Amino acid sequence: MKRAPSPSSGEPGGRADLRPDSRPDVQSDVQSDVQSDVQSDVQPGIQARVRIQWPGFSLDVDERLPARGVTALFGHSGSGKTTLLRCIAGLEHAAEGRIQFNGEVWQDAETWVPTHRRPIGYVFQEASLFPHLTVLGNLRYGQKRSQRNAAAQDQRQARFSLEHAIELLGIGHLLKRRPTALSGGERQRVSIARALAVNPRLLLMDEPLAALDLARKQEILPYLERLHDDLAIPVLYVSHAPDEVARLADHLVTMDGGRVQASGPINEVLSRLDLPIRLGEDAGVVLDGEVAERDERWHLLRIACCSTSLWVRDSGAAIGDHARIRILARDVSIAHQPSRGTSILNSLPARVLSLGEDAHPALALVKLDVAGNPVLARLTRRSAEELGLAPAQSVWIQIKAVALL
Amino acid sequence: MPRLRPLLLAFSLAAPGTVCAEEAQIAVAANFTAPMKAIIARFEDDTGHSVKVSFGSTGKLYAQIQNGAPFEALLAADQRRPELLEEEGVGVPGSRFTYAIGSLVLWSADAEKVEDGPALLESGDFNKLSIANPKLAPYGEASVQTLEALGVEQAIEPKLVMGENIAQAYQFVDTGNADIGFVALSQVMQGGEIVKGSGWIVPGEMHAPIRQDAVILESGKDNPAVTELFAYLQGEKAKAIIHDFGYETE
Amino acid sequence: MFLTETDLEAIALTLRLASVTTLILFAVGTPIAWWLARTHSRWKGPVGALVALPLVLPPSVLGFYLLVTMGPNGPVGAVTEALGIGLLPFTFWGLVVGSVFYSLPFMVQPVQNAFEAIGERPLEAAATLRASPMDRFFSVALPLSLPGFVTAGILTFAHTVGEFGVVLMIGGNIPGLTRVASVQIYDYVEALEYGNAHRLAAVLLVFSFLVLLVLYAWRPDRKRA
Repeated sequence: MKRAPSPSSGEPGGRADLRPDSRPDVQSDVQSDVQSDVQSDVQPGIQARVRIQWPGFSLDVDERLPARGVTALFGHSGSGKTTLLRCIAGLEHAAEGRIQFNGEVWQDAETWVPTHRRPIGYVFQEASLFPHLTVLGNLRYGQKRSQRNAAAQDQRQARFSLEHAIELLGIGHLLKRRPTALSGGERQRVSIARALAVNPRLLLMDEPLAALDLARKQEILPYLERLHDDLAIPVLYVSHAPDEVARLADHLVTMDGGRVQASGPINEVLSRLDLPIRLGEDAGVVLDGEVAERDERWHLLRIACCSTSLWVRDSGAAIGDHARIRILARDVSIAHQPSRGTSILNSLPARVLSLGEDAHPALALVKLDVAGNPVLARLTRRSAEELGLAPAQSVWIQIKAVALL
Repeated sequence: MPRLRPLLLAFSLAAPGTVCAEEAQIAVAANFTAPMKAIIARFEDDTGHSVKVSFGSTGKLYAQIQNGAPFEALLAADQRRPELLEEEGVGVPGSRFTYAIGSLVLWSADAEKVEDGPALLESGDFNKLSIANPKLAPYGEASVQTLEALGVEQAIEPKLVMGENIAQAYQFVDTGNADIGFVALSQVMQGGEIVKGSGWIVPGEMHAPIRQDAVILESGKDNPAVTELFAYLQGEKAKAIIHDFGYETE
Repeated sequence: MFLTETDLEAIALTLRLASVTTLILFAVGTPIAWWLARTHSRWKGPVGALVALPLVLPPSVLGFYLLVTMGPNGPVGAVTEALGIGLLPFTFWGLVVGSVFYSLPFMVQPVQNAFEAIGERPLEAAATLRASPMDRFFSVALPLSLPGFVTAGILTFAHTVGEFGVVLMIGGNIPGLTRVASVQIYDYVEALEYGNAHRLAAVLLVFSFLVLLVLYAWRPDRKRA
């Protein structure tokens, strides 16, 4: 299983293809569109410089977002994340600035590419399906139009078939229904498939799960993960839910008050000591690894990651599967020695990187290095003092709970 | 409620103020609007009575009277409606008289259009001829009789447009939508002459006289303001005004 | 026969006038309604008020203005004469023009409400699905506001059937050309032919009731919303 395709695949960022059945590096037949390739080689990714000034709200962002993987725009409501997404989609006419995607200018002082000419797919918070069309009608709506528009372009780019979208989102049995006859979760799955069916080069998702209850969320998250694993196009994923972000994002941009607070690879951002304060109980890191071993007797999986191993509950994943695990700061404790006689399974050597304050004066956050990966631990300042923690110090960490995402 | 009391008091004080003079409420055919206003102004000065007038088409006023409208007298545009009211017992027998005889004029808003009326009608050199609906308005009936007298009614029919009353027939011509039309002389005459456009006054013998009758209604028979107004209408002062506006009297 | 020949002629003319007016208003009223529903222009208020004016304006006022502007001395009359159409008063098409103005709010307002009820979202969704503005209008806005169009069409038709004042002012009461049913009834009443008036009035009454019955009994598929 692949996570975000590696940049070394030799494939230019602009040809962010959807290749469900082929590995990214087998892609050699796309060289025809030379000019576009050159362009995108110059400036891969999304460049967004946007400024909006409304009464009671302002947005001032100048960010370069990666051309690969899932980038989460994270923040509280009102932080400007949705507005930024809408600017990139061309839905916010009031914005001034410059939007560029893989070298193509979508907006600047002279240019305005209207939404329907931007090669995007957009998933709204509410499914926003057309009530006068069936599910299939909804799916075909965008597909037909994108094919018509793309007629001049290389038809080989029509690499993401409607059938595949239907299969990926598991909506084959719903095609003849009306949107009103669908559950909330089904509606959102159709809406995602509809966005994919236009063959986007950039997928924009605006809190696609926010309107759903927990059960529906759990229903859709696996599909989103499949998407994540399947799509080679960049995804911008707006969310205010740390668990979604931890589960899906490769890259994280946190926003507050219309401004970007932090931006970078997810672990870099999550392990920043100044940011977890705002995440509160959700402060923690995610680690990517692989399922290495199954312990049938105890129903446990060994996840190989960070040159070490972690045991987690058996989720049914196959050996060799990619696995992302989440370790919350509050579940990590620190000791001088590897512990004996404890209920905790996962005990690892680590090195203290830095110490920081937490939201409550009694607490401290410690950033540790575990075989090259950052991990956060939350403990009382008293414990930190008693342990005499200082940067570069070698310690053992005990991880009370590891969540396999 | 306490707040309303001063208001109620004010009303109750104001009401008796109108008692000192008698008041008449009458209905008048629309074509007689201008002379009637002039006559009432003189009448109120001379007698101290006050007159409230509703102007409207004779047909409408008649229907309203039949259905209990509080009018005390009707000055109609024809003879038929006052007669009917008398027969129906709504009009006071013996009160009916002809207060004015209308004159018909072939008129154009264009000062040079109508020089020789009959010749113009025969030539057909106009886009539309506007008349009042002959079914409804005595002036319309007189217009058709005039066309018949001239022997052009067949030729002119395609060019005929009809106003619901003589006021509308005049409006069509005045706005230029119809080149010419048969209108009431009273509509275009002031101080004894046609003040606007050009016209040919139709000789009285070409159509039945357009007699406008007035009748006192049962509700007004004991109101001195009404009876005095009827007497006044037959007096010389009123007749002078009526003539000034292009009507004749008996 | 229950109705006279001229009555039937008047009814046929009335239905023709109402149909033509409704068709024209679909074409004329829809863009106005669309603009009113979507614009943030400062002209939205004035234009909306202008469109609503016939609701409060006495038909005689509207009819009088039409008579004057469409006459030879009026601006519209000058244009129609220059175009070789001639003058519009006393013609069927003159009545159509008058009816279009008179029934404008009955077309624009329901359609505008329907457009407004759609909201931005479906149109934005369509834009992200590669639909151009014109495409969005026809493939999303129109089908979603269909109930509004049905309401508007029925109201416009019925209102034109019931029109009287404007026709009276600019029609000239020409049988078969401008003498519609309402004018015919008025003539009967004025001429004291109450029996004829009653018969024709009853036909209009029943017709109007049936139209409104259809309108009120007809319910669009609300579940869709």
